[in-house]
This record gives sequence, structure tokens and C-alpha cells, in this order.
Amino acid sequence: MTIHVRGLSRAFVAAGRETPALLGIDLEVAEREFVCLLGPSGCGKSTLLNIVAGFLRPSAGDVLVDGRPVTGPGADRGVVFQEYVLFPWLTVAGNVEFGLSLKGTPAAQRRATVARYLDLVGLAAHADKYPVQLSGGMKQRVAIARALANSPAIILMDEPFGALDAQTREVLQDELSRIQRVEHKTVLFVTHSIREAVYLADRVVVMTSAPGRIKQVFTIKLPEVRDRFAPEFTHYESEITRLVKEEVAKVHE
Amino acid sequence: MSRDTGGRRARALALLGVLVGWAVVAYGNRAFGVMAPALLPTPGEVVAIFLDSLRDGSLPRHVATSLARVAIGFGFAATAALALGLVAALCVPVRLMLEPIIEFVRPIPPLAFLPMFLVWFGLGESSKIAFIGYTTFFPMFVAIAAAVLRVDVTLLRAAASLGADRVALIRRVIVPAALPGIIVALRLGFALALFVIVGAEFMGADAGLGNLIMEGRTFFVPAQIVMGALVLGLLGSIVNACLLAVERRLFRWRESAAT
Repeated sequence: MTIHVRGLSRAFVAAGRETPALLGIDLEVAEREFVCLLGPSGCGKSTLLNIVAGFLRPSAGDVLVDGRPVTGPGADRGVVFQEYVLFPWLTVAGNVEFGLSLKGTPAAQRRATVARYLDLVGLAAHADKYPVQLSGGMKQRVAIARALANSPAIILMDEPFGALDAQTREVLQDELSRIQRVEHKTVLFVTHSIREAVYLADRVVVMTSAPGRIKQVFTIKLPEVRDRFAPEFTHYESEITRLVKEEVAKVHE
Repeated sequence: MSRDTGGRRARALALLGVLVGWAVVAYGNRAFGVMAPALLPTPGEVVAIFLDSLRDGSLPRHVATSLARVAIGFGFAATAALALGLVAALCVPVRLMLEPIIEFVRPIPPLAFLPMFLVWFGLGESSKIAFIGYTTFFPMFVAIAAAVLRVDVTLLRAAASLGADRVALIRRVIVPAALPGIIVALRLGFALALFVIVGAEFMGADAGLGNLIMEGRTFFVPAQIVMGALVLGLLGSIVNACLLAVERRLFRWRESAAT
């Protein structure tokens, strides 16, 4: 499935004044492409993701998924949130099963799918635990398994590793990269980490500070399995860093 | 674990202290004749009257009568509070309409309306049941609506993007997420029902613990008054302990980090 964002703007009204958060966004995400939205905080990248997810309505423009306009959230677009957002009253397996049981998938098939995805994220041994018993990294693995088990064509990720410590973060980036090589989803991934974007993305969309516009798009021509210390990697990193610094500087002016 | 037993020991000690204090004062009064002995019943007298009324079946009858009234009145109120609380929390126009009415009625002490219930429903069962229903409905309704409103919107978003429609959102997310708050509301409502049944039974009732206490006043048997009050306290504690146990069982997911 493809995502097609056309002339999209979004303004928020606060204290009677309308503040634009996104301005004239045009973006296409191809089937099986991994696109990172990168920008300083407050640049509207999460707003854009929330509009694609159907949680927010645009003020102008629209989002097409496979040519059909988005009118609300749906099972074709799986979402992974920054704050994990697991159902605390369900076990790990129950969480992963949630979408399947809504669809009325037969129990045997459900169990098989749950087992497969828990295995994929390395949590097979924790199926019967409750979210409170898990660490942040484990919770986010469950959230990823839950999104994947529902087999959406598109996965939207809103700073999914933002709340994790640096080590866990890199481990999960490795895992996500490995999972993507198996699952081949169309992914829109919001982050403010340049390293993370260069490590994961086929294309990195750098956004301007508020109101958010697209400043520049980088196509990352690196092999599927990436080395964070390769010279080409650091080259992309420094080039994007320079661009993002300009935007951060603007905020402080 | 040891802290838990330590807490239990402290609680038992405190209760024992109260009992000993009461005994010292009551038997001391008897020995030194400070006031008429009948005015200050001793623990022995209360236990004796408790055993007597247990034996002749009058206490079980009073308890059963009161509990039946509480259960029916509370049952009606809880059902209504659940249904309306859910609707009010989910439907903004309903909430806007109900809010001023509830805010107006809520500060009126329920007992102020008790005579009205006797006028409307007479001296029989229905006036007590209706009064308990009226008293417990408002606090339960407000607490249940608040519990539903507190449900995290991101949980709803997560469920919606897994394919949940409106009905599934209510059944599979809102209700389980609000359930801890709903159970607390029901527990408070039940405690309140036990609280006001006594008042309702003071005024024109032929049975029930309130009636038993009032009888103690009419026939001047202070030990019976104290016994009635203690039985009420005991009932409240037992019911509360049962509900807490149910709660802990139901919500293992909230505090199971230790396993």
C-alpha cells in the first residue's frame, strides 16, 4: 500500500489564536518503503503521523491510502506509540491477539500468529505476563508485535524508541531493521534522532521548525544491513545534522 | 510478608486496646457508681444480649431484613448508575444536561428527603428501598462517569487502529479500563447504603437493625443499642473485605510485578 499526502495543512487553535502546525505538506510513501520524518520538537511531525493514522483531521489537503482518502483510524494502518500504550488488563499474548480477535480469526490460527510474532520480537517466554511486569523495551516489542500480528500493510511509528535508554534503543533499531527485512511493510516513522533515521530509513524527510514544512528529502543509498560506523553512514549523518541545526537555531532566535 | 503480618498485629493490638478501654470504663463505672449502671453497658452485657438475640432468631431476622433492603436498593441504584454513568461519559449532550441537575441535588443531605419518601411510599419496604436507591445513586453515578472519562484516549486510538469499531471500543477498552474505578464506586455506594439504612429504619419500620436500635431506646436497653451498632460495623467490614478480595483477584494485572 502507498501513502499519498497532498497539500496538507493543519492549524491548532489555542487561546483564540490559530497557530499553523503543518503547512503545505506533499509526500508520497511507496509500497514497502521505510520513510523517516525527522525534525526538531514542535515541527509537527507527530501531527502529520496522527493525521495519516486518522486520529486528527487536516485543516486543508488530504491523505490517500492506496488512492482512498483517510477518514479515521483503521486496521490497514497499524500504529506504534511512544508511550507503549498496551492494554494493561491483557497479557502479552492477549495484547498481540487483540486485533485478530476483533476480526473473528479462529482461535487456533490466532494462537499460531501470536506465537509467530512473539517469537519474532523475542518474547515467546513472556506470553503470559502482564504489561506492568515488563521493561520499557519489552513493552515496545509487544506493541510492535501487536501491530504486526494484525497484518496491516502500513505501520506508523511515533517516536517508538524515544522513551528508551540508548542501549535498548539501538537493540530495538537492530530488531526493527531485521523485522522489516522479513515483513516488508510500508513504514512512516517519526523520530528526532538523526542516527536512528539514517540507520532505518530508505528516505529521510527533514522538516522545518514550526510551522512544519518539508525542508529536504534524503534518499539513503546504503545497504539493507547498515553499519553505524561506516564512512558513508557518518557522511549522511553529518549532512543531515547540519540541516537540522539550522532549524533548531531558528527556534532559538 | 513480615511487614504485612506486622501491620496485622498492630491492627489487632489497637482493637484489643479499644476493647480493654471500654471494659475498664464500664466495669469501673459499675464499681464506683459514677453514673447509673444501665447507661453504660459492659462488654459482657452486650455479648449476652447478642447471644440471646442470636438464639431466639430475632437478630438474624433483623440482619436479613436490613441486608435485603440494602441489596435491592443498592442493586437498582448500581444498575442505573452504571447505565447512565456510561452514557453521560460517552455522550456530551447528555452530560451537559445532567451535570447541573446533579450538582443541584447532590449537596442536599439525603436524610432531608427521607420524610418525603415515607409520604410517597408509605411505611413498608418500598420506602426504604427507594430511599437507599436515591441516596446511593448520585455518588455512584458521578464516580462511574468520572472513571469512564479518565480512560486514556491513546488506548482508544490504539484499539481503533487495530480495527475496533464503536461497540468494540466500549466493550473491549472502555469497560475494562474503567472497571477498577467502577468497582471502587460500587464499594463506596454499598458502604453508603449500610450507612443510611439505619436512618430509614429509625422512622417507622417493624424490622431491621435500625429498628432494633430504636427498640433499644424505646424499651431502655442501652446494651441493645450498642449491640446493633456493633453488628452494623461488623457487616460493613465483612462486605468491604469481600469486595476488596474480589477487586484484588480481578485486577491482578495492576500489581503482579512481583511474580
